[in-house]
Amino acid sequence: MALLIMRRLVQTALILLGVAAITFLLLYALPADPARMIAGRSATAQTVANIRRELGLDQPLLVQFWTYVQGILQGNLGRSYAQKTDVGALILARLPATLILMAAGIFVEVVLGLTLGVIAALRRGGAVDRVVMMASFVGVSAPQFVVALLLLYVFAVTLGWFPMSGFGTAAHVVLPAATLGILGAGWYARMVRSAMIDVLNQDYVRTARAKGLSSARIVLRHALPNALLPIIAMIGIDIGQFMGGVVVVEAVYGWPGIGQLAWQAIQQVDIPIIMGVTLVSALAIVLGNLLADIIAPLLDPRIRAR
Amino acid sequence: MLKRWLRNTTMATALLITPLPAWAQETPQQGGDVLITYKDDIATLDPAVGYDWVNWSMIKSLYSRLMDYTPGTPDLIPSLAETFDVSKDGLTYTFKLRKGVKFTNGRELVASDVKYSIERAVNPKTQGPGAGFFSAIKGYEDVSGGKATTLEGIEAPDAATVIFHLSRADATFLHVLAINFASVVPQEAVEAAGGDFGKKPVGSGTFVLKEWTIGQRLVFERNPDYFVKDMPHINKFTVEVGQEPLVALLRLQKGEVDIAGDGIPPAKFLEIKNSPAGAGMIVDGEQLHTGYVSLNTRIKPFDNVKVRQAVNMAVNKERITRILNGRATPANQPLPPAMPGYDKSYTGYAYDVAKAKALLAEAGFPDGFQTVLYSTNTDPQPRVAQAIQQDLAAIGVKAEVRALAQSNVIAAGGTEGEAPMIWSGGMAWIADFPDPSNFYGPILGCSGAVSGGWNWSWYCNADLDKRATAADSMSDPAKATERAAVWGKIFTDIMADAPWIPVINERRVVAKSPRMGGSDKIYVDPTRVINYDAIYVKQ
Repeated sequence: MALLIMRRLVQTALILLGVAAITFLLLYALPADPARMIAGRSATAQTVANIRRELGLDQPLLVQFWTYVQGILQGNLGRSYAQKTDVGALILARLPATLILMAAGIFVEVVLGLTLGVIAALRRGGAVDRVVMMASFVGVSAPQFVVALLLLYVFAVTLGWFPMSGFGTAAHVVLPAATLGILGAGWYARMVRSAMIDVLNQDYVRTARAKGLSSARIVLRHALPNALLPIIAMIGIDIGQFMGGVVVVEAVYGWPGIGQLAWQAIQQVDIPIIMGVTLVSALAIVLGNLLADIIAPLLDPRIRAR
Repeated sequence: MLKRWLRNTTMATALLITPLPAWAQETPQQGGDVLITYKDDIATLDPAVGYDWVNWSMIKSLYSRLMDYTPGTPDLIPSLAETFDVSKDGLTYTFKLRKGVKFTNGRELVASDVKYSIERAVNPKTQGPGAGFFSAIKGYEDVSGGKATTLEGIEAPDAATVIFHLSRADATFLHVLAINFASVVPQEAVEAAGGDFGKKPVGSGTFVLKEWTIGQRLVFERNPDYFVKDMPHINKFTVEVGQEPLVALLRLQKGEVDIAGDGIPPAKFLEIKNSPAGAGMIVDGEQLHTGYVSLNTRIKPFDNVKVRQAVNMAVNKERITRILNGRATPANQPLPPAMPGYDKSYTGYAYDVAKAKALLAEAGFPDGFQTVLYSTNTDPQPRVAQAIQQDLAAIGVKAEVRALAQSNVIAAGGTEGEAPMIWSGGMAWIADFPDPSNFYGPILGCSGAVSGGWNWSWYCNADLDKRATAADSMSDPAKATERAAVWGKIFTDIMADAPWIPVINERRVVAKSPRMGGSDKIYVDPTRVINYDAIYVKQ
């Protein structure tokens, strides 16, 4: 296990360096001149040149990249062009909000997906199964902003049960988390359903039935834990995916997380923020996968044995 | 002999020449808290750096400057200055400061603070976008070029006197001292903030920043020591950021929000406008803006003036204002109607497809030609670009619409030979201050026709440049009307060369709750967008 973690940490460092290099190149390839954007409409050519020099944008690409990597190694993600403030501090200030939303979203999708998946498996081929599968299909394919606006309109505007936007209380998290959760739950429901069907056909389940165990006990004690393994791996992957997926949800609900920060930075061509958020998201994806790799053998002796 | 303008005289003149606004009859109430929403986070509140339309209004209220404007009008009035003199040659400006003005850190504001603040705005280390506005001050080149840190042209002989020496007469100089970049800041607070002054602002304006939770809200409270009695009217305003305009509008309709700063999303505009409560919610005001199509005079066939004139006649501007739900008026010259110098008698190029075709044939293109029209990719700009594309197709000009991110369009415009036509919507010119010269230099003058510049027509007319310089040298305030007429003629003469198709003058729409008082003009203030100092809550 220690070896696995060590190997993964080295991989993480290499992946992050690769992500930094690719993002850097892509952003550098943009025809937009950040100095021109910062300088605004009325600036003289001298002002633009001064800003370019102050930001080091007049340096060769390699020098700029090396300066950036040196910064990262010292824990410095640079300064935002538009906000003139430390990118690391900006991301840290917004990270808790995104983590709360992510945790709540994953909770909703797992609970909802698991419940629906199990019900569908138990009622395989029946009307309930078909309805659940149809709903999960809709959930998987619905655009995020449509679901977000629909929930907002029904539960905040019409019924007034939840606040329309903002952050701070438990009520604020319900709709954004439900939006993220509903969309993810579709995948979980489909996965749990097929895993459960698989498990329910296993010999040990048949044995359990023959021993006269109740259906509830068979499902909860014997079948479900075995069907959960792919779910654990998926949660790990979800952590990374959510980092990218929160942009729309955060924008609609006015959620002050890093998705919103990234969206605004893209519009302002604020390269240090875009780079910072990309790196943090890449880190989250890698760590999420690592987490899944560590947890799976702890839960399943068969993987450990391999 | 020096020409002396006493503050009272100036204020009295301003009041006399300005028609009394309707809201002057209403007595503004003191007190009340207001909630405002915006989509984007506030970038910075550093006056030497902030330069977008949202933070512009907030910076105006956090700091004071030597000059300011009567709320809701483009009329200059002294602010931190008690009196000022302009020398007859227009090269020396002497200001006497009000006594007893305090920064919100408790220290008295003195003349050396004015000098420090402007030097800071010009210093390249500040990376301020407004440095160029101060280019008329002696020693500007040395500071902006990094050779010096103090401006030779600013003197502070005592605590209450500031003298500016200019290297050339500049009729816009009083306006320059009223823009945000000229806000007065305390050096010790800037240094204590350690490069983060934009998040920890200290000024002497009407409000003090009490709280800033990144990504969520900013709370501004009334500055009890502000030097004008009974200003501002409200006790506090809270700005919630990250709010989608549609959600903000729904919250406003429910009474949770007082001002939806981003206005009404285009898709909802007519519905709100036609609703019973809508009329009281919508503030629809004229702004100093012109939306235009730049015609690149260095790209064929737009190097031919007849072609440029022909496309000017081909665009149906009425239809474009309909696409914008009537939130604009058709334009015929670069200056917007509210700007001094706007020529009411000038009719420009009328919409006339037959004449346009004939002119195009005369220019040697009877079958039209192919070209590219750039536009930003946010609604409604691509739709406007498509309308222009259809109009051009009617005279045989096949324009490919290239809708890109704003930064890419700006980059294409600033690259010689790159963009034949650009629809400027979403990035177009809104005046920094209400003076016609602000519509010339960077966008139509030779100085802007450089790589990375904003003169996307790459139009450079040496004769007009000379006339522009001469107009800007008419710094005697008594000649303001004459100067405006000179400028007006420059802009109508430019239209003979037709480097632009002036398309619309956009109106700004803000949505406010019925409890908010004051004239519409202070919600769409020509010099600061929302005038937080002047708005009030009806009791």
